[in-house]
Amino acid sequence: MAIAKKKDRPGGIPEASGAELLNYYRKMLLLRRFEEKAGQMYGMGLIGGFCHLYIGQEAVATGIQSALGPGDAVITGYRCHAHMLLAGSDPKAIMAELTGRAGGVSKGKGGSMHMFNRAGNFYGGHGIVGAQVALGAGLAFAHWYRGNDRVSVSYFGDGASNQGQVFESFNMAALWKLPAIFVIENNQYAMGTSQQRSTAVRDLYRRGEAFGLEGLQVDGMDVVAVKATADEAVAHCRAGQGPIVLEVLTYRYRGHSMSDPAKYRSKEEVARVRAERDPIERVRDRLIEAKHSDDEALKEIDKELKGIINDAAEFAQSSPEPEASELYTDVYVA
Amino acid sequence: MAVRVLMPALSPTMTEGNIAKWHKKEGDKIKSGDVLAEIETDKATMEVEAVDEGVLGRIVVPDGTQGVKVNTVIAVILEDGENASVLAKMDLGGAALAPAAPAAPMAPANVAAPQAPAPQMSAPAPAAPQGRVFASPLARRMAEQSGVDLNALRGTGPHGRVVKADIEMALSSGAPARAAAAAPMAAPSYMAAPLPPGQPGAAYEDVPASNMRRVVAQRLQESKQQVPHFYLTIDCEIDALLKLRADLNARSDAYKLSVNDFVVRASALALRKLPKVNASWLGTAIRYYKTVDISVAVAVEDGLITPIIRNADQKGLVALSEEMKGLAARAREKPMKLQPHEYQGGTFSISNLGMYGIKQFEAIINPPQACILAVGAGEQRATVKDGALAIATVMSCTLSVDHRVVDGAAGAEFLKVFKGLIDDPLTMLL
Amino acid sequence: MVALTVREALRDAMAEEMRADPDVFLMGEEVAEYQGAYKVSQGLLQEFGAKRVIDTPITEMGFAGVGTGAAMMGLKPIVEFMTFNFAMQAIDHILNSAAKTLYMSGGEIKCPIVFRGPNGAAARVAAQHSQCYASWYGHVPGLKVIAPWSAADAKGLLKSAIRDPNPVVFLENELLYGQSSDVPDGPDFTVPIGKANIVRQGRDVTITAFSIMVSKAMQAAEKLAAMGIDAEIVDLRTIRPLDGETVLASVKKTNRLVTCEEGWPFAGIGAELSALVMERAFDHLDAPVMRVAGKDVPLPYAANLEKMALPQVDDIIAAAKAVCYKT
Repeated sequence: MAIAKKKDRPGGIPEASGAELLNYYRKMLLLRRFEEKAGQMYGMGLIGGFCHLYIGQEAVATGIQSALGPGDAVITGYRCHAHMLLAGSDPKAIMAELTGRAGGVSKGKGGSMHMFNRAGNFYGGHGIVGAQVALGAGLAFAHWYRGNDRVSVSYFGDGASNQGQVFESFNMAALWKLPAIFVIENNQYAMGTSQQRSTAVRDLYRRGEAFGLEGLQVDGMDVVAVKATADEAVAHCRAGQGPIVLEVLTYRYRGHSMSDPAKYRSKEEVARVRAERDPIERVRDRLIEAKHSDDEALKEIDKELKGIINDAAEFAQSSPEPEASELYTDVYVA
Repeated sequence: MAVRVLMPALSPTMTEGNIAKWHKKEGDKIKSGDVLAEIETDKATMEVEAVDEGVLGRIVVPDGTQGVKVNTVIAVILEDGENASVLAKMDLGGAALAPAAPAAPMAPANVAAPQAPAPQMSAPAPAAPQGRVFASPLARRMAEQSGVDLNALRGTGPHGRVVKADIEMALSSGAPARAAAAAPMAAPSYMAAPLPPGQPGAAYEDVPASNMRRVVAQRLQESKQQVPHFYLTIDCEIDALLKLRADLNARSDAYKLSVNDFVVRASALALRKLPKVNASWLGTAIRYYKTVDISVAVAVEDGLITPIIRNADQKGLVALSEEMKGLAARAREKPMKLQPHEYQGGTFSISNLGMYGIKQFEAIINPPQACILAVGAGEQRATVKDGALAIATVMSCTLSVDHRVVDGAAGAEFLKVFKGLIDDPLTMLL
Repeated sequence: MVALTVREALRDAMAEEMRADPDVFLMGEEVAEYQGAYKVSQGLLQEFGAKRVIDTPITEMGFAGVGTGAAMMGLKPIVEFMTFNFAMQAIDHILNSAAKTLYMSGGEIKCPIVFRGPNGAAARVAAQHSQCYASWYGHVPGLKVIAPWSAADAKGLLKSAIRDPNPVVFLENELLYGQSSDVPDGPDFTVPIGKANIVRQGRDVTITAFSIMVSKAMQAAEKLAAMGIDAEIVDLRTIRPLDGETVLASVKKTNRLVTCEEGWPFAGIGAELSALVMERAFDHLDAPVMRVAGKDVPLPYAANLEKMALPQVDDIIAAAKAVCYKT
């Protein structure tokens, strides 16, 4: 019987090379700048409907995605812009999807919550809380069926972790030893309901114990720790030991969606996390401390990323709306 | 509305029965479920229950009457607030029957029943006392196409609905036609009226007029009698148009534009510009149409028909040309293949006899439209230009105008715009 | 031709497609060791092994999701529901995950999956186990919905469904499983999705039906013939995309329509067909469309009440007579 274990590594931060750190820094900053711009464009009325930003949680997807290899499948819920970017999708096409334009990754028909990148093995982008967990188990099933050593990563939040189909998926994944990594992005709030108010036993990494699933917990504000833990999880799956639960403790700075009244937590709480645990600042500090980089070089990266994001924003506004004829396409595969 | 109580069919095979006894008398209050009467069939005596509420206004078929056909009106129930005066206006079928002769067979409810003698057809009782006639959509369409007057039929369907079988029966037994069948397609069998004798000594043959011929005759007669026509003629020069047409036709084998296609297009554009001409007289108002739907007269074997190019102002030459070819071809098929919506309506008409070499003519307006354009042949004529004789291909066009709707100046303005487009046809490509 | 039961025809369809395509597999409750709760998957475990014929836990939502995820990656799952009543637990995946993803992804993610199992009332299993889902799934763009009657159609359409690159809901009927009829031989036989079948020609009234209601309509037609009413029976076979053209052509010929279905009348397939002929054949109707459907109540257990609640041959006869104005 596998036992869940904590991996918050109070004893120290794992080693990472300067190149790795720079790579993380660059990726996380891309996610943040993208989301900041998306938030700004939402405020300008250029993005409609729901829009869930990833700001604060960048280390989670960045760390885990860095542990994956070609062919490993990824799926998540509606907070999916970051996963799209990390799957290699063009920021322009993602931003144009947010504005509902023809140049969007889903031709403007999916929107913020429904984006996919088949070539990048990213399977969405799902709007129904928890659905992606069963689907993700299905992706793992496909790997298992084909007999390869690929894994699937299903991201879901602390809120989704209470959905029944999560447990159904744990059970089947354990039963058939599917190479499934269940990543619980615990940002402590299911929309506006804190974990204390929604979850009887809050050690989410133990959620798979009843099914014999090993569970790991890691500080999700530390990209190096996340990567190291994800490496363990991936190795576990590739070795044919079946599924594993990975709880990543993180925090979102912005509201659940753009229409979040933010009444359920204090401004001070958000400010404290930002000041003390910001994942990007932490990598920046390490880069400078270890003299892998300097202020100027990092500013240069920021400038370059801002250019990419501005181009994306530009494209998202200039790309035309979908042709009327697109209304009836893609309902069926011809 | 007063409710007729019909002789019910109390078994699948019952066609007639006897009124054994009325349980209610005239003036009694009736509520749903009350036993109204006892009916004897060949098998049993059964009760007729009321399904409506009100007052028993009249017992049409009294106690003891034998051989009452199913669906005969046997009583009338007045609804709340109605008094007996409505009975006078109602057709009660066998109501004329004297109660003194209760054993006489009832007149059939269905005019198409075989016993009904032909002379009664000319003055049939209306099927419904007021309001619209209930008819199935199919029956309605069959009646429209065959010219049968729905008002003259009594339906055998539920609630007196006229159904397909009633129309077929009416057609096979000779039914009264409507005063103006809008769109006949198949020739119905009319009652033959006696034809006047011919001139002494003259040899002749009387050919029965087709349905279409009758409609054409009637409508044109009405138009010429009732619509105050006046006529405006203008000469258009079509040399540029002929050249453009040849150029365009040389570019592709996919289409072949006719002069008439240009005429339709020019008319459509002119109508869009001058909506005053695209109108109808309604007696107390003028209706201005927001669409330009052009009826184009097509000669067919036994008359003429005017298929419609809808939204003609929004169609280019090739589209107009193809649509016109298709409509004309289907109009000439036997039997004609046009659907009623393809030739009923329209807001303006064009009649072109240019292909017969007619120089100029005046057409009769196609009501309720206000104008029809008569197009003559394009022919080379001597013209004077800048004081010198010149040769030009000229096409005379005459607009027949309903003066109730369109005044001379408005008609003239239309022709001016029309001529501008025809003379300088590149402008109609804009 | 070979005489097969619907049960055998379905099994053969799956077996042939599994032989032809290694990406096709079957999963569901009791499909493997038990040989199928209704014996539809008999012998498949023995031929294809436990990796391709997979017993699932009783976890409809979960395995519908697992199947859908596998399909998104390109496998071609056949997901069996022991009955479609239990698929209510999985309907989110059928609609939101399977049916909509192609559209939401702008054509990027396909979902070639078949959800199949018995649908509708069986016998005396009461309300929760007796429901027709044709109109539920028929409502959803992105899904194809099939409800065959004959053994040949069961086989030919299931094979087409498995080969189809779209999610397909395949509604079977427990009472038909044991019915035998001729099925063309050989693995190449298929029946196209989206084509209705005129199973009886007639002049006087069009009767549409699907699944088990075709049997009842055929019985009604025999009795109607004796009364002088010549009924044409259209077996819809596919609910979505509905073969409206065949129905319209038939109605234009007969001028009358009676629709039959076991499901409830409200917003049912009959309601859809009524709207269709109203919109596109109004001037051909000589009578209002009549619907023969299940009564608007949860299905009762008591034998007499169950019979009253389900549409019977006599109901079809009465409706046909009514639209023909025959008493």
